[in-house]
Amino acid sequence: MTTLDSLSVGGEATIVDVGGARPLQRRLMEFGILPGTRVRLVRRHALQGIVELEVRDSHLTLRAHEAGRLSVDRV
Amino acid sequence: MSTTTRARTVVLAGNPNVGKTTLFNRLTGGRARVGNYPGVTVERHLGRLSLPDLTAAELIDSPGTYSLSARTLDEQVAFATISGLAPGDRPDLVVVVVDAARLSRNLYLVLQVLELGLPVVVALNMVDEARRSGLEPDVPALERELGVPVVPVVARKGEGTDALLRAVAAVLHDPARGTRDRELWTPEPALAADVAAVAEALPAEWHGGDERRRDALALWALLSLDPDDELIEIPPVLRDAVESRRARATADGRTIDREVIAARYAWIDARVTETVRDRRRVRRWTDRLDRFLLHPVLGFAFFLLLMTGLFQALFAGADPVIGRIEDGLGWLSARAADALPGGLFADFVVDGLIGGVGAFLVFLPQIVILFLFLGLLEDSGYMARVAVLMDRIMKALGLHGRAFVPMLSGFACAVPAILATRNMERQRDRLLTMMVLPLMTCSARLPVYGLLIAAIVPIGEPGAPFRQGLLLAGMYVFGTVTALVCAFVLGRTLIRGPRIPLVLEMPPYRLPHAPTVLRTVTEQASEFVKKAGTVILLCSIAMWVLLEFPRHEPEGTGETETAAAAAQASESYAGQLGRALEPVLEPLGFDWRIGVGIVGAFAAREVFVSTMGVVYGVGADVDEETPALRERLAAATWPDGRLLFTPLVCLSLMVFFALACQCMSTLAVVRRETRTWRWPVFMLAYMTVLAWGASFAVFQGGRLLGFA
Repeated sequence: MTTLDSLSVGGEATIVDVGGARPLQRRLMEFGILPGTRVRLVRRHALQGIVELEVRDSHLTLRAHEAGRLSVDRV
Repeated sequence: MSTTTRARTVVLAGNPNVGKTTLFNRLTGGRARVGNYPGVTVERHLGRLSLPDLTAAELIDSPGTYSLSARTLDEQVAFATISGLAPGDRPDLVVVVVDAARLSRNLYLVLQVLELGLPVVVALNMVDEARRSGLEPDVPALERELGVPVVPVVARKGEGTDALLRAVAAVLHDPARGTRDRELWTPEPALAADVAAVAEALPAEWHGGDERRRDALALWALLSLDPDDELIEIPPVLRDAVESRRARATADGRTIDREVIAARYAWIDARVTETVRDRRRVRRWTDRLDRFLLHPVLGFAFFLLLMTGLFQALFAGADPVIGRIEDGLGWLSARAADALPGGLFADFVVDGLIGGVGAFLVFLPQIVILFLFLGLLEDSGYMARVAVLMDRIMKALGLHGRAFVPMLSGFACAVPAILATRNMERQRDRLLTMMVLPLMTCSARLPVYGLLIAAIVPIGEPGAPFRQGLLLAGMYVFGTVTALVCAFVLGRTLIRGPRIPLVLEMPPYRLPHAPTVLRTVTEQASEFVKKAGTVILLCSIAMWVLLEFPRHEPEGTGETETAAAAAQASESYAGQLGRALEPVLEPLGFDWRIGVGIVGAFAAREVFVSTMGVVYGVGADVDEETPALRERLAAATWPDGRLLFTPLVCLSLMVFFALACQCMSTLAVVRRETRTWRWPVFMLAYMTVLAWGASFAVFQGGRLLGFA
């Protein structure tokens, strides 16, 4: 198990747990990021500290430290 | 209760970026009224639906949202519009627009609306895009599972809208056809107990005794209420009930949010299997573009280039049109002056009325350019990338990533820039940006700076152009830094708001839909003329009265026209105000004549130059390049013979102009955008205090340091 922000670009994983403060948790879960959901790390914006994910056919960005609150299993 | 004569209401709901606005325009035939949602400043569009059976129905747009659960005021607006809390507000039907290529996430919102027991028609939009990516939506299966009509449409091309209207008419006629007859999912016993307890605390008029609706609203409350949410008009007893159930759940090791959201997605995942054949190919173009547009160097370079283009367009592009408008008004003034007998009434028509109309018409070209630009950025999907590019810098200042575009537009003019703050979803972010925008150096300050800089560094001195340029650049930096500092301070004090996590959708790039963009532009322009225009016109007339009354009595025949004008300015209410202000202005180094200029500049900053022309007896037809005015200023003295316009006073005056909110049009627009006088009054107050303080510091500090 690792955290979402530590995936390499192009790496896929399955969500194990959605952590973080309630607003973040709720928002991510409502986007369909739940335990068992498949995600792929599309791109990293190192300068802005932002990662881009692909999940449920959409692309989402979140701050890297926020992505660090999600535990995943590498696929 | 008679419902036969009442016009039915249909609410349009959907996630952001699903083509809701385009569909709204299609369904209403492009005619919409713009208003506000009750009690808040979020813009609302209403239009008449042309239904095949001629039922009278009104279509209400709702803010784009991924979920009905709410944390911010703006999310609450979406929830309130769709659910219709008060019995009279309940919509007869909700059309949920769904992106066919992102079905599972979009169905989440559909489920929430269905849980409320409201009649629903699902508009499955962008089926063409979904098909191109190899995803053929199974409409009959979807209808069967959801239990409500599902209509495939392509809003951009107008495909399927007739079928959608037929489905809407059918459900309005027989609501049972659009109402799901069974529960979607059954909560576990522990959650069911939470729902039952919270349901007790709900105001009865929210659900009117309907059990299913009551339980759905209880779920909404459990997921939305939080000690630091921004929601309004929530009964304390409901907050208490939610708080105690959530505390108990936490103690038991449960997470209510997760139980509810996971149950909804479990329903969706059991029924919708996304079968995109070649996932990578779908976003090939978007991915290629993003590799460039979000590149840490090239992406920034492109963004800056784009912003430079906008800047140029706002300055240079709008200029000829503004000139044309001014010519037209000049022509009109001349005709009016010819047609009317001379005297006060002619003066009123020419200077007060036509001048006042001109005062807001000149903003139109910039508003049109800015909204065209914003519309293209938004509709193409690029605006989401702007938020990513600017997030780190803007977040450090407490501003939204998207605030960059309005802030930059503020260099041209604060009025369109304030309208452009609508690109942000949250009221708090809009308000904060609006409050500091007028500190950006707008183009109306340039003539004033030009006049004063020429007084500090006379043309012809060695190295003058360079030193003048340096001073001007310094004023730009000064204004910008002050704006950012004010944002930082205000964002942590008066205009606080919970930090929202940056979870943004990056929609695929699409060619902007011209009709949608153009309609937004015309709508904004006509709204501005109707709403802000009236206030600006009234203020212009008030300023005219201040400067023209009481009338100056000509002193015999020896008095020249310019002397009479100077006397008029001095004896007018504005002149009296200038004199009354002198004790306050003297510590800044200003005399009463500068005071008149400052009062006059309230109509528009550049008016300062012509007012100076009048009070110094050069005539009103001057600009900052007029040598006669510069000489008069250089020669002006205090009664005791000291020179008035020393370099220090000019600097103090520039600082005052940089910071003071001397623009009634800005205040009028802030009033229109916030629907209250509180914020424009606050803006005027804080900026005036800031301006006075900074000028005081410059002038008195400069004197202490030995500058004259």
